[in-house]
Amino acid sequence: MPEWLILLISLVYLGILFAIASYGDNRADTGRSVISNPYIYTLSIAVYCTAWTYYGSVGRAAATGIGFLPIYLGPTLMAALWWLVLRKIIRIAKVQRITSIADFIASRYGKSALAGGLVTVIAMVGTVPYISLQLKAISRTFTFMYFYPALEQLQQQPPTIWHDTAFAVAIILAAFSILFGTRHIDATERHEGMVAAIAFESVVKLLAFSAAGIYITFFLFDGPFDLFGRMNGSPELGRMMTFDALPGGYVNWFTLTFLSMSAIMFLPRQFQVLVVENVNEEHVAKAAWLFPLYLFIINLFVLPIAMAGIARFGGNGVDPDIFVLMLPMADQQKFLSILVYIGGLSAATSMVIVATIALSTMICNQLVMATLLQIPYLRQRDLSGLVLAIRRGCIILLLLLGYIYYRTIGESVGLVSIGLVSFAAVAQLAPPLLFGIFWKGASRRGAIYGMTAGFLIWAYTLFIPSFAGSNGAVASLLAHGPFGFSLLRPYQFLGLDMFDPITHSVFWSMLANLGLLVTMSLMDHQSTMELIQASLFVDVYRRSGGPHIWQGKAMITELKKLLARFIGEGQTERALQDYGRSRDIELSAGMQADTDLVEFAEKILAGAIGAASARIMVSSVVKGEEISQEGLLSILDETSQVIEYSHRLEEKSRELEEATKKLQRANLRLQELDSLKDDFVSTVSHELRTPLTSIRSFSEILQDNPDLDHAERQKFLGIVVKETERLTRLINQILNLARIEAGQADWQMRDIDMVELTREALDSTSQLFSDKGITLSVELPDQPVILFADHDRLMRVYINLLSNAVKFCPAEGGKVEVILRHEPEGVRCEITDNGRGVPHGDEEIIFEKFHRASMAADGNPQSTGLGLSISRHIIEYHNGHIWIDPSMSVGARFIFFIPFGV
Amino acid sequence: MAEQRRINERLIALIGLGVVALNYPIVGLFSKKLLFCGVPLLYLYIFSLWFLFIIVLAFVIRKRRSPPSTPETGP
Repeated sequence: MPEWLILLISLVYLGILFAIASYGDNRADTGRSVISNPYIYTLSIAVYCTAWTYYGSVGRAAATGIGFLPIYLGPTLMAALWWLVLRKIIRIAKVQRITSIADFIASRYGKSALAGGLVTVIAMVGTVPYISLQLKAISRTFTFMYFYPALEQLQQQPPTIWHDTAFAVAIILAAFSILFGTRHIDATERHEGMVAAIAFESVVKLLAFSAAGIYITFFLFDGPFDLFGRMNGSPELGRMMTFDALPGGYVNWFTLTFLSMSAIMFLPRQFQVLVVENVNEEHVAKAAWLFPLYLFIINLFVLPIAMAGIARFGGNGVDPDIFVLMLPMADQQKFLSILVYIGGLSAATSMVIVATIALSTMICNQLVMATLLQIPYLRQRDLSGLVLAIRRGCIILLLLLGYIYYRTIGESVGLVSIGLVSFAAVAQLAPPLLFGIFWKGASRRGAIYGMTAGFLIWAYTLFIPSFAGSNGAVASLLAHGPFGFSLLRPYQFLGLDMFDPITHSVFWSMLANLGLLVTMSLMDHQSTMELIQASLFVDVYRRSGGPHIWQGKAMITELKKLLARFIGEGQTERALQDYGRSRDIELSAGMQADTDLVEFAEKILAGAIGAASARIMVSSVVKGEEISQEGLLSILDETSQVIEYSHRLEEKSRELEEATKKLQRANLRLQELDSLKDDFVSTVSHELRTPLTSIRSFSEILQDNPDLDHAERQKFLGIVVKETERLTRLINQILNLARIEAGQADWQMRDIDMVELTREALDSTSQLFSDKGITLSVELPDQPVILFADHDRLMRVYINLLSNAVKFCPAEGGKVEVILRHEPEGVRCEITDNGRGVPHGDEEIIFEKFHRASMAADGNPQSTGLGLSISRHIIEYHNGHIWIDPSMSVGARFIFFIPFGV
Repeated sequence: MAEQRRINERLIALIGLGVVALNYPIVGLFSKKLLFCGVPLLYLYIFSLWFLFIIVLAFVIRKRRSPPSTPETGP
């Protein structure tokens, strides 16, 4: 294929990108954003899929089977946490006007320029090889297109042209990034045009790869089952159906999943599209499942293509990394080949564009400006032009570095291993960032030492060894260790030789990183600035303001001048007007700016030059002091004291409420008891008064009528004696009951024979039965029934029940039946009469004090009304119970049951 | 707010299940040289689980509601 044609196609494609990007920017300028929806957001996140995915996945699948998958499973798993973690990061970034991951970490750790610089260095060292990987992919596929269809010439002719294409591509990409990434300095640092172009590229690469996959699977071969069948048939390929083909096995699998989990969020370009370019945090919800779906679809055909490539070119010396392009080419599919080439181009360019823009902002703000602003002269100049120039320079520098890396060593390393080295570098940013947004205690020194140690270990155990193919000294370092210390060999550090190189490096670097971050944070005293930033980050959902760091004042004119120097007059004017409008204040030049306005200005500036530099600049125009450590602590303390105090108040009031409720309950109970006592006293006095009245009246008769005849006198005296006896009995029983109820009764428990006891009771009441002519039938067990009980009290129960039965029997034909039964658990006694019985519903009441069934009969009490109540107490003391058989229609049957073994 | 916390808890449980299901030893159970319905068993397992994960994730996150956005100190 002629060179001009390929160049034309490539340029037309890039031209379309330019058009889309400028359309997006224009729409943004007129306030009608094209990217403000979750679908564009999702597609922009798909910048994750670079040439590595597009070409490298197939290569990895051809070598290791499932080894390509963890790079996409990790992000899928991580996406489940986006709603918790990413949303918080976005919220913080919006409130703090964060423009890059370096800015984020610097800002969290007390706006530390050192932390920001360190992150920038890590990100840069990690990203440059990655950029070179994309350039390599572009130039290689370009070369293949160039030799197409006479591909065999490729082997003979040394392809010098490769390098020149890579260079040309680098220049074009630099132009794009500069045009759409550094158009002007914006306080939000968002690039709508770029995002629109990236989203378009994500669609192109997905369509191109899927088209190739469908063609290769269904037209070159007979569908996926055919390819899988071939795989199953060959012993060589069969290994790839399992973990056997994956070097490092399960451990490597786990490590790659972990690395890609951190990469999807903390690669500089991912942070750029996920956080900085996010328009609305609501979009995260849809993207959290749409993006994994994108990954799922783009991976569906990877394995079939790899198998097809092996089947077609196996052993032919064709690099599996470009199977996806070679297969359509070998089948003379011109159009499809071009489409695949364009898809690869889109995958590579999108990564380069976003990565260079993100990195240039970081390098400019965190490294260059932070250094330049140390020079007093520069603080007084108009720097908005300089900032843009630095960023543009950074973009060119980055692409140049990528190109040089590619020229020097890029050829000797496979696509995937370069990518993994980058992932491992970026993983060093995960601990300070994640700890930083959930743990206020994470300190600046902890973060800096942790990242430094992790980064150095990464460089020693992974980055430097990656040069082994092109450098003899590195190769000998790998084999023998530095100066022959074999204990320090980079791939077997401290003799740890059970892991593959990636896992080995990730293990040591993460151990050092996390370990230092946590232990140093626990020992540190954080500075004022750190405390403020920590609480602003961790409590971002809770706080609206936060304590003010600036106590001093500044003139508005001076603030304006400061802002204008970085973001230009027009933008400054607009920002301040917006501010005034939102607060309903007229900002005139002569006014003093209050602390709110000073903080607002600092944030605007932070959007342009990073938090650390912004702070230095603002401090140069603010007169007065920053709040002191003590001042801040007192503010924080006061707040927490107030919170603490109100907590305690709440608790107190809850306790009081509870106490009140308890008191109310107690009061109610007391009232009940009181009325019970009243009832009792009135009943008792009534009971006592009745015999007393009759005693008194008969005594008065005797006193008033001394001439009463003897018989009459005897009769009256007899009544007095009888009533006195009744009175005594009544008082005895009341005392008895009171004693039992109060638990003071003296119980004489011993083994007694219930049969014997029943006989005694019947003997002592036999007079009553014969007096009234009642037929008594008794049924007793033959054997003694031994029970541990109080003899006299049980006797009282018997006598009470028997005399009751007698009392209620009709005058003629009365019948009483006594049955004692020896049951497995205890002894049961039934006493049945044929009297008028107990009315239904009264079965419980008659056991209460002073309830008397007899009362209704003739108005003349025949008993004290305490007998049954006392009986129940006695039986219950023996753990038994006493009740009335409710099924009786004639007469009453009292039953009591006492269990053995009290 | 309780509903929101419930969604967060579900998401954390989901990722926990995902990590377990996609790592040793569970994946090891499917690491067999075997075609199941014409597809290598291990691939079938991983891709089905992947798809299921996405469906469940979409289902869980459907019920969210953002906490009210806090006013910035600036406009």
